[in-house]
Amino acid sequence: MAKYIIRRLLWVIVLLFLVTLLTFVVFYLLPSADPATLRAGRQPSPALVAQIRHNLGLDKPWYTQYFNYMRALVLHFDFGYSYQSNVAVRTLIFSRLPATISLTVGAAVVWLISGIAVGIISAVRRRSKFDRAAMGSALVAISAPVFWLGLLSLFLFADDIGKIPIFPGAGSYVPLSQNPEKWFTSLIMPWFVLAASFAAIYARLLRANLIEVMSEDYIRTARAKGLTERRVIFHHGVRAAITPIVTAAGLDVGVLLGGAILTETVFNIPGVGRLAYDSILAGDLPMIQGTVLLGAFFIVIANLVVDVAYAFIDPRVRYS
Amino acid sequence: MSTDATPLLDVTDLRVAFTTDDGIVHAVDGISYSVMPGTTLGIVGESGSGKSVTSLTTMGLTRGRSTSVSGTIMFEGRDLLTLPGEELRQIRGNEIAMIFQDPLSSLHPFYKVGAQLSETILAHRNDSKAAARDRSIDLLELVGIPDPHRRVDQYPHEFSGGMRQRAMIAMALANEPKLLIADEPTTALDVTVQAQILALIAELQGRLGMAVIIITHDLGVVAEIADEIAVMYAGRIVEHADTKRLFAAPEHPYTWGLLKSIPRLDTPRNEELVPIQGRPPSLINRPTGCHFHPRCPYVSEEHKRIDPKLEPVPSDPEHQVACLLPASVRAEIWRGLKAGRPAEELRRLAVPEAAAATAAAPWPPAEGSDA
Repeated sequence: MAKYIIRRLLWVIVLLFLVTLLTFVVFYLLPSADPATLRAGRQPSPALVAQIRHNLGLDKPWYTQYFNYMRALVLHFDFGYSYQSNVAVRTLIFSRLPATISLTVGAAVVWLISGIAVGIISAVRRRSKFDRAAMGSALVAISAPVFWLGLLSLFLFADDIGKIPIFPGAGSYVPLSQNPEKWFTSLIMPWFVLAASFAAIYARLLRANLIEVMSEDYIRTARAKGLTERRVIFHHGVRAAITPIVTAAGLDVGVLLGGAILTETVFNIPGVGRLAYDSILAGDLPMIQGTVLLGAFFIVIANLVVDVAYAFIDPRVRYS
Repeated sequence: MSTDATPLLDVTDLRVAFTTDDGIVHAVDGISYSVMPGTTLGIVGESGSGKSVTSLTTMGLTRGRSTSVSGTIMFEGRDLLTLPGEELRQIRGNEIAMIFQDPLSSLHPFYKVGAQLSETILAHRNDSKAAARDRSIDLLELVGIPDPHRRVDQYPHEFSGGMRQRAMIAMALANEPKLLIADEPTTALDVTVQAQILALIAELQGRLGMAVIIITHDLGVVAEIADEIAVMYAGRIVEHADTKRLFAAPEHPYTWGLLKSIPRLDTPRNEELVPIQGRPPSLINRPTGCHFHPRCPYVSEEHKRIDPKLEPVPSDPEHQVACLLPASVRAEIWRGLKAGRPAEELRRLAVPEAAAATAAAPWPPAEGSDA
């Protein structure tokens, strides 16, 4: 097991290396705004632009730039400096990370609890009114784009522009360390909006799995043993049906930690997703590199965590 | 088939039907049988003959909105069909236990064998977890699993097929049931392991004094261990007798078909196995008259109209059969089959007009028996 994890971690490094290379190449090969011009202000003299270009190292060939970037990254864990603000990329990303983590983890709690509860009840009471209503709503939640759902909920419930002003609106995010209560209330709407489609997908996934599991032979055995129906459903049914949920949750959280761009933008939450969005608009290569790298890091780590977790959930899975 | 003692299990006119999208499935259609304490009943039939549904209904495992059940299943004075769910749960796995066909899929893949055993014990007894674990180890030893202290902490996938079925048996025996229902307990196992499992069931039955219902499609399985045998076809019992009688003088054409389709070591190697023609009938649109008539080599026109009842054989009141053929003709045909003559040839014993199409002979045939 330990050997397996070490081998996987080495692959993580290779993968992240490839990601940086790819981002670099894409940035250089595809047309994008000239960072030096963007930085030079209004109506710059060509000399000034050239000067800035030289200072940022943009006049060197791309592979030299890439080499310099990687050297700083590997030797000093230095992600470079933002072309826009001159602030270290590492500092900026780490300052934005708590907001993204708050959003993602909170939303994950919401969608896991609601998705699992609805999935179980729907599977056990299949074709009941509850099941039909829940699966109908799930279809709506899956189909509704998150930005639309976000705007809709702002128009309905935000305390500045909403019809029923009960929750803080866009741009109200406060860090947890500053004011826990405001942090919580400001995130209620983003949590539910971000969780909606995930909850729906998880509910449907668990429902389908549990219905299948409940017709398995070992469920018949559990009943034949004289276990209570409650124990049959939870201890035997849900236990077996939940494995794909664990996989999906790991991967989804990994992806969102890299930045929930749409939700962060709609609710104006200063997270990594917003940072990535802004740096793409500004042609800020070091920032783009940093956010892409962070996103890729979370995704590959989430994959590894899921694979390792699987060995604990399903005893038939053993890595060697 | 003594009637002086009270049966442990007494099934009367049991009917089970399922409503499906395709129509009503008449899985069990008016069957009656009883099991005396400490004896073994074999229920034999093809897939879809209703034998498994019968036992699952006994356990209350077919209850549901789309199921309709009638009749009675008396177990020690209680009707299992009308018993409230919670009382029935207390009987399941405790007084009546069941083992199934495929031991791998019947054991939960995520729990250790010992945990699954303990769970059965704790569902019915107020034991401590440690006591349940100790008993689990004892049970694994009882069913002949070597090194039970180590095996108790292993998962089902770490067991071989035979070991898994032994573990299933251990689980069934956990609360010392009065009745063990074994549904195709050897079908998924290697032939050599089959014999071991059957011997184990027989040995444990003797030691623990429980009654056993063994459900199988294989007459060979029940030949050794059953005291009496009920042959099921299309949801009904078509023949019921004690094992010796059934093998010595089977009365139903379906039973003959089953017997002729078993490979045997004591017959010449060049003797052909004779499969039963056709397929088991649909239980939604069942055949008219005798349900076996579409596959019966000895069918005549009236068999397609008249529905035979399970009745005692004239010469042997303890032997019941549901067949419209006259007893003398049946005896004649079985003698012919035993001598290795093909069913087509013997057909004219039952249906003379098939052989002599020229003249429609009256029924029953007067001189057809010595041809």
